[in-house]
Amino acid sequence: MSVTTGNSADFAIRTDHVSRQYQMGEALVRAVDDVSISVSAGEFVALLGSSGSGKSTLLNLLAGLDRPTSGAIYAHDKNLAEMDSRQLAHHRSHTVGMVFQAFNLLPRMTLEENVELPLRLAEVDRAERPARVRKAVEHVKLSARLSHRPSELSGGEQQRASLARALVNRPTILLADEPTGNLDSVTGDTIMRLLQEINQSLRMTIVMVTHDRPRAEKFAQRIILMGDGKLISDGVGVTV
Amino acid sequence: MKLRDLTELAGRNLREALLRNSLTTLGIAVGVASLVAMTSLGVGLQEMASSRLAKSGLFDAVFVVSQANQRRFGGPRRDDNAPKGPSRRLDETARQDLAKLPNVTEVYPEMRFQTEIQYDGKPYGTTAAGIAQSAQADGAFDNMKGSFFSSANASEAILQVELAKDLSKDPDSLIGKDVILRYAEKQPIPSEPSSAPRAVSGATPGANGAASSTKDANEFGPSGGGDGGDGLSAGFSIVPREMTLHVIGIVETEPAAGFGGLGRGRLLIPMETAQKLRASQPGDMRELLRGVTGKPVYETLTVRVKSPTVVKSVEDSIRAMGFGTFSIIDATKNIQLFFQVFDSLLFIFGSLALTVACLGIINTLAMAILERRREIGVLKALGAQDSDVRKLFFAEAGVMGIVGGIFGVFFGWLIGRALTFGTNVYLTRQQLPTIDLSRVPWWMVLAAIAISFVVSLAAGIYPASRAAQLNPVEALRYE
Repeated sequence: MSVTTGNSADFAIRTDHVSRQYQMGEALVRAVDDVSISVSAGEFVALLGSSGSGKSTLLNLLAGLDRPTSGAIYAHDKNLAEMDSRQLAHHRSHTVGMVFQAFNLLPRMTLEENVELPLRLAEVDRAERPARVRKAVEHVKLSARLSHRPSELSGGEQQRASLARALVNRPTILLADEPTGNLDSVTGDTIMRLLQEINQSLRMTIVMVTHDRPRAEKFAQRIILMGDGKLISDGVGVTV
Repeated sequence: MKLRDLTELAGRNLREALLRNSLTTLGIAVGVASLVAMTSLGVGLQEMASSRLAKSGLFDAVFVVSQANQRRFGGPRRDDNAPKGPSRRLDETARQDLAKLPNVTEVYPEMRFQTEIQYDGKPYGTTAAGIAQSAQADGAFDNMKGSFFSSANASEAILQVELAKDLSKDPDSLIGKDVILRYAEKQPIPSEPSSAPRAVSGATPGANGAASSTKDANEFGPSGGGDGGDGLSAGFSIVPREMTLHVIGIVETEPAAGFGGLGRGRLLIPMETAQKLRASQPGDMRELLRGVTGKPVYETLTVRVKSPTVVKSVEDSIRAMGFGTFSIIDATKNIQLFFQVFDSLLFIFGSLALTVACLGIINTLAMAILERRREIGVLKALGAQDSDVRKLFFAEAGVMGIVGGIFGVFFGWLIGRALTFGTNVYLTRQQLPTIDLSRVPWWMVLAAIAISFVVSLAAGIYPASRAAQLNPVEALRYE
């Protein structure tokens, strides 16, 4: 399938009047309603909003896990809305890395095997994998825990492992869905500092979904506020 | 995803739910075992029947009769078996002509005659049969006691076991002993210059019949002049004779009982020895009425060929020479058809268990989808394509299929061995020879594993498709 481009070379990701609606019984739920945002390459953006505001749905649309009902989503100028499932899988594998609130590490695999999993899916040469896994794990300071299973790691360590897994395929965009939601405040700050460090050292674009305004203001360069599926505000230091 | 990674992940997933997957694999193994046991039984029985028939010496043989005798083989004469050339006598000249045909290895007459043997001073009536040296390869001699004839003209005898039991309570003790064969020798009467009526005279030279033999055996034989040329003899005399035979073996059954309709021979002697006896045979009276030439005229000749595949062409050649023929090649086609149907039925019954095992695979994989819903969502979020997820479930089904297939073949072989063992225990108690009831050839091993693999993949189609079509967002939300 050919994919149209969006004349937005400076933006890592951009949405153009994107909507996502669900049919729940007879009710039509507008989870994301005509949202247009742009995120520049290397920017650290926080998608802020209360529960049910549509921020996670928007993140899923940016990740290519879900398709918009209408509108366009451009990731490095390629419209995700026009991609087939194979191209979306490639986008998820090579362009974006994802971090979840619940970590989503596979419990039967060791940390090393969890981090290696995206490399298997991307069909990276086996000889190349150990070095890339090691580098990603070093980045999140978990080298000593390579052979441990998720159940043997603390919450913070699991989220760092999840980060290493998201970084191992060298994506240009990191999408984090409530990365500190399951962590205590100290550990949460550690993860946020790690995200900040990744953003600055790797020049990686980060879009983070959160409902924790102080943390968003402290670590993100820009806050996009959502409510009831709509874009409420887009800027730094916006009062909710 | 590459095959190696796919296989590793599938193996890991299978180990994760070890008990359930092992039980499912065991179900497949039982299904394949049932299939293999049934099919091996069919193949074993087929091979046993084919082997026995092949060793009977009937399948590489063409039975030749003269045109005049052909109706003896029952029913109206079939056109394809009817002689195509002018009718000929089945005599020594014909035998030599037949021996010269391409692909013919041996031509010998059916020698079978009523006789009496004396052992330990007691007479026993029986039927003697001449056995060609080539019959040593026949299955009937596989389990014989003692040894086969040392030469084609040895004064030796092999006893059929029933006769041996009549002669002695301990049949094996007969090996190495001598028996006296008493038989009726046929002696031609030279024709008179005047056209005297032919006669059959029962001469009575006394008990010492051998001493009263006035002609050398060869004189009556193929090279002998007899009454000279093909001229008619006046008839022949019947003279009682005796011959001492050394018992060298005991056999269960006589090989290639033939088509003479005389029943089985119970006293087996070398073919050349039997011919030299010039023993009177049942067809002699008919030959007398048709005109005795002084040269032996055979009831039937057995033509052995190089392989069953050339039987048809040799038969054609023989019929072109003016003889009638019979072979049982056609009968084997019916036997093959019977076994094909038999094997198919066994295969269908064996497949039923495999079908049940398939349902087990579907159930196991469907359960795996429910349990691993979130994992499927994670895989898709990390870049797995729908086809990767589908292949992963296929690989799991395939691994279960192959492992189940391998174990199933082993179990099936084991069941076959157990059946063979049980049957042989029974046969041994009945004092019957043991048999190999089931056979698991290599092609069956490979075919069973391949069938198990393919059937498992087929069973995995529905669960794999369901897993591949899972919405990743919903799958990630699943607790």
